[in-house]
Amino acid sequence: MSKMINLNIDGIDVSVEEGKTVLDAAKKIKVKVPTLCFHEDLCVAGNCRVCVVEQEGKGLIASCAMPAQEGMKIHTNTLKVRRSRKHIIELLLSEHNADCTKCFKNGNCELQELANEYRTGNQVFLDLVPEKNYTVDQSSPSIMKDDSKCIRCQRCVRTCEQLQAVSALAVANKGGNMKISSFFDRPMHEVVCTNCGQCINRCPTGALIEVNDIENVWDAIYDESKHVIIQTAPAVRIGLGEELGFDPGKRVTGKMVTALKRLGFDSVLDTQFTADLTIMEEGTELLTKLKKALVDGDESVHLPMTTSCSPGWVKFIEHTFPELLDNVSSCKSPQQMFGTLAKTYYAQKRNLDPKDIISVSVMPCTAKKFEADRPEMTDSGYKDVDYAITTRELAIMVKQAGLEFLELEDQKFDSLMGDSSGAATIFGATGGVMEAALRTAYEIVTGREVPFKNLNIEPVRGFGGVREATIKIEDPVEDWKFLDGVELRCAVAHGLANAKELMQAVKDGKANYHFIEIMACPGGCLGGGGQPIPTNQAIRDKRAKAIYEEDMDLPVRKSHENPEIVKIYEDFLGEPLGHKSHELLHTKYVARERY
Amino acid sequence: MADTKQLKRVDIIFTEDCNYKDILSEALQSSNEDIVQSLLNSGLRGRGGAGFPTGMKWKFTAQEESDEKFIICNADEGEPGTFKDREILFKVPFKVFGGMAVGAKVIGAKEGYIYLRGEYKFLLDDLQKHLDEFHNVLDELNFDFRIKIVTGAGAYICGEESALFESMEGKRGEPRNKPPYPTTYGYKGKPTVINNVETLVYALMICRLGGEKFKELGTDDSRGSKVFSVSGDTPIPGIYELELGMTLENFVEEFGDGDTKSVQVGGAAGFCVPRKHFKDTIIGFEGVPTGGSMMIFNSSRSMYNVIHNYLEFFEEESCGQCTPCRVGCQQLLLGVEAVKRGDKPIEYLNELLKLTETMKMTSKCGLGQSVANSFASIVDNFKEEMIY
Repeated sequence: MSKMINLNIDGIDVSVEEGKTVLDAAKKIKVKVPTLCFHEDLCVAGNCRVCVVEQEGKGLIASCAMPAQEGMKIHTNTLKVRRSRKHIIELLLSEHNADCTKCFKNGNCELQELANEYRTGNQVFLDLVPEKNYTVDQSSPSIMKDDSKCIRCQRCVRTCEQLQAVSALAVANKGGNMKISSFFDRPMHEVVCTNCGQCINRCPTGALIEVNDIENVWDAIYDESKHVIIQTAPAVRIGLGEELGFDPGKRVTGKMVTALKRLGFDSVLDTQFTADLTIMEEGTELLTKLKKALVDGDESVHLPMTTSCSPGWVKFIEHTFPELLDNVSSCKSPQQMFGTLAKTYYAQKRNLDPKDIISVSVMPCTAKKFEADRPEMTDSGYKDVDYAITTRELAIMVKQAGLEFLELEDQKFDSLMGDSSGAATIFGATGGVMEAALRTAYEIVTGREVPFKNLNIEPVRGFGGVREATIKIEDPVEDWKFLDGVELRCAVAHGLANAKELMQAVKDGKANYHFIEIMACPGGCLGGGGQPIPTNQAIRDKRAKAIYEEDMDLPVRKSHENPEIVKIYEDFLGEPLGHKSHELLHTKYVARERY
Repeated sequence: MADTKQLKRVDIIFTEDCNYKDILSEALQSSNEDIVQSLLNSGLRGRGGAGFPTGMKWKFTAQEESDEKFIICNADEGEPGTFKDREILFKVPFKVFGGMAVGAKVIGAKEGYIYLRGEYKFLLDDLQKHLDEFHNVLDELNFDFRIKIVTGAGAYICGEESALFESMEGKRGEPRNKPPYPTTYGYKGKPTVINNVETLVYALMICRLGGEKFKELGTDDSRGSKVFSVSGDTPIPGIYELELGMTLENFVEEFGDGDTKSVQVGGAAGFCVPRKHFKDTIIGFEGVPTGGSMMIFNSSRSMYNVIHNYLEFFEEESCGQCTPCRVGCQQLLLGVEAVKRGDKPIEYLNELLKLTETMKMTSKCGLGQSVANSFASIVDNFKEEMIY
């Protein structure tokens, strides 16, 4: 046990572990010291100064940045503290475009909340906004950056650098001209930004928000000539509740389906269907590559193979390791497989003209917007996915429709493309694609279930930045005899900083894996850039728990046993990696510059 | 009035009456404890402005256990009105190097750095030549220590020690949170001594004079002497080494032009002392401290222009990281302009004074904390000049 530090806050004695801050200690005695630049996921910055408290004999200190020290006497609510905090909030407001009613983040803004708490009614200071020539960068299909709302807390900068190792956003200039900027202020769509949206999740104001498609989706729904379908990603059903009155970790699958039907979608379907399909395609791709490498000795086969479900990850590798693009699975993401099939298979079966189908997806993700816009994503002959909205956008639509979400009954997904397995559900958590793939691949190869209790492959679960697992293949069926005794080496990484480390090892020849799962966002999709705000590890833990519970509750736990998957291969696709699959379900990548 | 001294010129820093090699050679043979004790006895405090006792800084760093330690000479002399470090580096660079070498011995550093102000690049070639020579001397003395020179890029904030480390590490020059302090977590996260140019020379010279001798000069709080950069409305601008502890009246008698209205002590980050307080103001840590900058203003000067100029400086040179400094400086600058134009009533100056109090209490580093010094001392003493 680590050493305990004793201090006194507001007359109350409190002990905290060595290394904890005064802010941590204040929390322990149930005092909420206001913060803005502080975020649990990030290193301490100590730059907004709103968390000041008074230390006897020292004056004001920034509680987030000050380590608790033995014998400290702290006061959190003195005249000096209050006056200074109010000043700081007023200063931030003077630099901030406080047109709250027009702001997408209205009602979910940390600055607004503080302004409200401190009743900063009369603007004491001069309005600096007109001086600033602020601009709004609307170039990205995913992220909108409005400098006039920025309070320069640098949470986005730390997110982009520390969690994601991308550094698309950095601090530029000094003094009054200091701003958060991209490389030489280039528009966001031209720089290394992966559209992951983690900055949005951590922006305390409306300076970074998603490009929203709410009105477009409503227009489509109201358009009688269109057949509007929606696919729902795994992580949405365990996140959506947070925006609509539930505590984190609540599974709202049935309510979500009901809400979507009542919003007016003609068919409410499941991205998990194509997650299962991804497993069939990607699993086969991996086994085929292994065969080529191990049996045929084909040196052109690039191992390890990495997943390709996460569009933030895909854009990251296109920028950062373009020389490794052959290692990325050619499978489209579940969203894009669904989009293509919606306007081919689904249209055919439902007897619809694909030009009349509007395909919408609701995703825990902002990079999905970019992905839907990629020029390659038109294999159906149309834009495969017309609109990708975030969990947050969907919550807004539910509120706009006046639905009392807490009270909604549960309904089931429509069909076709509405059935899924538990293996598809866990796509929403880091390690889930790996686990789903192993459940299927192991069984294809050996004819037996994976040797883990309840099919739960614990070694790939959890939140370790990079996790490894090895599965030994013994006694395979005839077709896969060449794999007898092979140890399948797997690795999982989440958060692009971890991904970068892992791929650097691959590039340097120091990592000897066969299969790697990478998710751009910390925690995987459950921590995606389109998920409810706020996010932190405690919330992500609860979402993960919900995902694994959802998996356990589903009657089918393995992708290849999903009856609709069996059917689509029989009726439409033929076989995994077959001609039709190649045409519709696989894609290519492009090397990108590193600005 | 307490302990004061009459203005007295001193010749320690620039004296030619010594050979740095001899001092260094002797110091390298002394015990670390003796050197630190001598520094502590001398009462030497940092000459960059903040005035931390040099002996303590060395002692703390020496006590740290680390595979690597550094000594850094802060030559990022950027305070408006200061130009004495330039002169020291130009005239007695070997003494600066020598001071660093002694510090390196005491704390156990193998590497030292001189962080040279970007605008002083013209000194670089000569400095490097002297440094090569100095390294040969170190070899002769069999002392394993090397100094490298790195240059700044023109940001005032990089003179703040932790921003300087960030800058040296190739990052944006932004001050760090303290604690931890440089003595435990400095350059590259290693225990580091960072001293002003002048401080290092005094440290070396104290090895020669002895702490007690140095202590004879100055007052209780401000021991020894100091190099001043005298500028403004003076017939004799320049660099002067003076005993600490004189009154401002004494100073103005020597350097003023007979019509001195006020003196800005300590640069833009320092205090403006009006004529009525010359008599009872000591130049030193017990009165108004200075890193050397002494700007003299006569009655032809508009104090509005003076503060406006300082605020423009701060508004531009704030790193922009923390709220009170970044936004506060903008508000002060635009605020005094608004009052001058009549867009804001004179009472608005009181709001701005309250704001500077907040800036002083809550800013992350010395820059934002010290804006209040010049603002309050000028606005309080020359309120009428802010309007008319």
